[in-house]
Amino acid sequence: MTEPAWTRKDLLGIGELSVAEIELILNTAESFAEVAERPVKKVPTLRGKTVVNLFFEPSTRTRVSFEIAAQRLSADVVNFTSAGSSQVKGETLADTAKNIASMAPDFVVVRHAHAGVPAMLARQLECGVVNAGDGAHEHPTQALLDATTIRLHKGRIAGLTVAMVGDIMHSRVVRSNILLLTRLGARVRVAGPRTMVPRGIETLGVEVHHELEPALAGADVVMMLRLQLERQSRTLLPSLSEYSRLFGLDAERMRLAKPDAIVLHPGPMNRGVEITSEVADGSQSVILEQVGQGVAVRMAALYLLAGTREARS
Amino acid sequence: MSRLLVRGGRVIDPSQGLDGRRDLLLEDGRVARLEAAIDARDGDRVIDAAGRVVTPGLIDIHVHLREPGQEAKETVASGAAAAVAGGFTAVACMANTSPVNDSRLVTELVLGAARAAGLARVHPVGAISMGLEGEQLAPFGQLVAAGCVAVSDDGRPVMSAELMRRALEFARHFRIPVVQHAQDLDLSGEGVMHEGVASACCGLPGIPGAAEDVMVARDLILTEDSGGRYHVAHISTARALGLVREAKARGLNVTCEVTPHHLLLDDRAVTASGFDANFKMQPPLRGESDVAALVAGLVDGTVDAIASDHAPHTRDEKALEFQAAPFGIVGLETALPLCLDRLVAAGILPLARLVELMSTGPARVLGLPGGTLAIGAPADVTVIDLERELDVVAARFRSKARNTPFEGWKLRGCAVATIVGGRLVYERD
Repeated sequence: MTEPAWTRKDLLGIGELSVAEIELILNTAESFAEVAERPVKKVPTLRGKTVVNLFFEPSTRTRVSFEIAAQRLSADVVNFTSAGSSQVKGETLADTAKNIASMAPDFVVVRHAHAGVPAMLARQLECGVVNAGDGAHEHPTQALLDATTIRLHKGRIAGLTVAMVGDIMHSRVVRSNILLLTRLGARVRVAGPRTMVPRGIETLGVEVHHELEPALAGADVVMMLRLQLERQSRTLLPSLSEYSRLFGLDAERMRLAKPDAIVLHPGPMNRGVEITSEVADGSQSVILEQVGQGVAVRMAALYLLAGTREARS
Repeated sequence: MSRLLVRGGRVIDPSQGLDGRRDLLLEDGRVARLEAAIDARDGDRVIDAAGRVVTPGLIDIHVHLREPGQEAKETVASGAAAAVAGGFTAVACMANTSPVNDSRLVTELVLGAARAAGLARVHPVGAISMGLEGEQLAPFGQLVAAGCVAVSDDGRPVMSAELMRRALEFARHFRIPVVQHAQDLDLSGEGVMHEGVASACCGLPGIPGAAEDVMVARDLILTEDSGGRYHVAHISTARALGLVREAKARGLNVTCEVTPHHLLLDDRAVTASGFDANFKMQPPLRGESDVAALVAGLVDGTVDAIASDHAPHTRDEKALEFQAAPFGIVGLETALPLCLDRLVAAGILPLARLVELMSTGPARVLGLPGGTLAIGAPADVTVIDLERELDVVAARFRSKARNTPFEGWKLRGCAVATIVGGRLVYERD
């Protein structure tokens, strides 16, 4: 079977990807996962290429993951972090884009608090752009690494029941995951307090729950979301303990899911809020494996985008 | 004695229930004669309007001209040029300039700039509260004496119910409407687009329709109690429009306006545009059912006027990411062609009703002279060619600003001549 060719310049979101493209990334990631097992964890694929990590929002793990991925492909990596949006510095995004362009990087990995920023940069830059999270819009590599983790344990995506629990409204992880998982044939449930589940989300083809128990019942995969403590206004949530009482995952509630169900969390976790340590560190947890898969998925993304650049030059 | 004869056109004047072929003679800044046939005299300037539609000068009761203080976005002169190019003979400009139009001095400055430009008539709208701060009432009497035709804190909703109550009461002394930008700021929060399916799916913070509805509901209660005169600017939701419809039926002195963009675009356009800030305005593009309700309100008479909410911003400001860019789009040069093509030619709205919504209706809302071709009325006239094709190209706007979501639209029908006070101030090549 011949795999479909990758022709995209950028990776901006799951929303624009076909099933074949998603599978191509997942399969490529699986082959890269093997690199991490080698004594010398480096392949020469991106030698002489430059990757700029452009993070307008604080993030350690995603940035480090992209950094390691680029280095394992032998690329040169530059990290550029800036607190707040470009507006804070009085520089428009267009100016930032022009500045980057004049340094002639091959790839820009962007994280920004505002939806659509990677797409804006992609329109203005000749280099490849990877979305590392834009507002509450998309976080495609997170959804892809979640998918490789699930495939690793379950051997498939189609037909699985996946429950995603937490602040659905403000989560880019949820949006990318819904798009990916429904496209690959999973049955997706979202659950959270009514103040944090936007009306209309069901049009994406998910079941909506406002109680944790029915969302967990018979699930193959349970994905707990990070409660963004810094983001919650007092009107969305009375207190953390109230949230935890209603939507926190503990060992007892976990028993509602299938016996072989796995637990995912995009991290960083608020232990004792959305998930107890007993579950987070328990036998069903694959949270640390997700982190490992993250490097492989990001290697795959950069590798495929490099192919497009090669073909164009 | 200056005379201008507009000859052979199809004259539509909703104020007189007229739709028929007439010659129109303008003399000394007034409508002198409107008859089946008028002979030209030596020295008369004649405009051949055969095959064209002749209407009372169009009036846009909601624009932002940005002067004083934000001249990089627009000036009174550039805004007035955009107005006449769009077929408007008069505009009412909002008070959110810098400084705010909360005093005679600012009103006079705007009127002085408008006189110097010598294009469209410019009617300033004064502030409701000093500095638009929502606390102290602005001096309505002084503002009206200087030339203001209404009061509004537009851009900043009047959040205090007490202030709105007193504004409605006090404005009665001067027989002027209180124009509200109806939006509960607590409910709209950090929102940047309509809260609905599109926002749920793309993750941008939403502005619920209820933010407008609760404000209109509150204000209608205050209007009833105060006996005041209330006008809802850029109404955008089905429910707020329903509240206005009921209030009118109960005899309240309430009117409302709708913008062309709220009639022609819905929230899906935001995501389809790839988060282009030219699709960001306040109120936001609403849901499909809201759009349908607004169109129905045009047809059934609930809506009194179409107004553009012309809100110029610089290219740099609109080049920011969607969430950071300012709210607002320009509309003076696209309002008429959009409505002619997408509402009238599409068979949704009769041409005479569109003319009413853009001339007689707005004049009535703000109590302006004009909106009629009755003998003795101001000689403000718009000549429209229903067949003339127009590509929306922002780079060709007379406005200083380019922030339109309609770039590239191909439209049929536009103003070809604009006459203000008997003077031909704009003619399309």
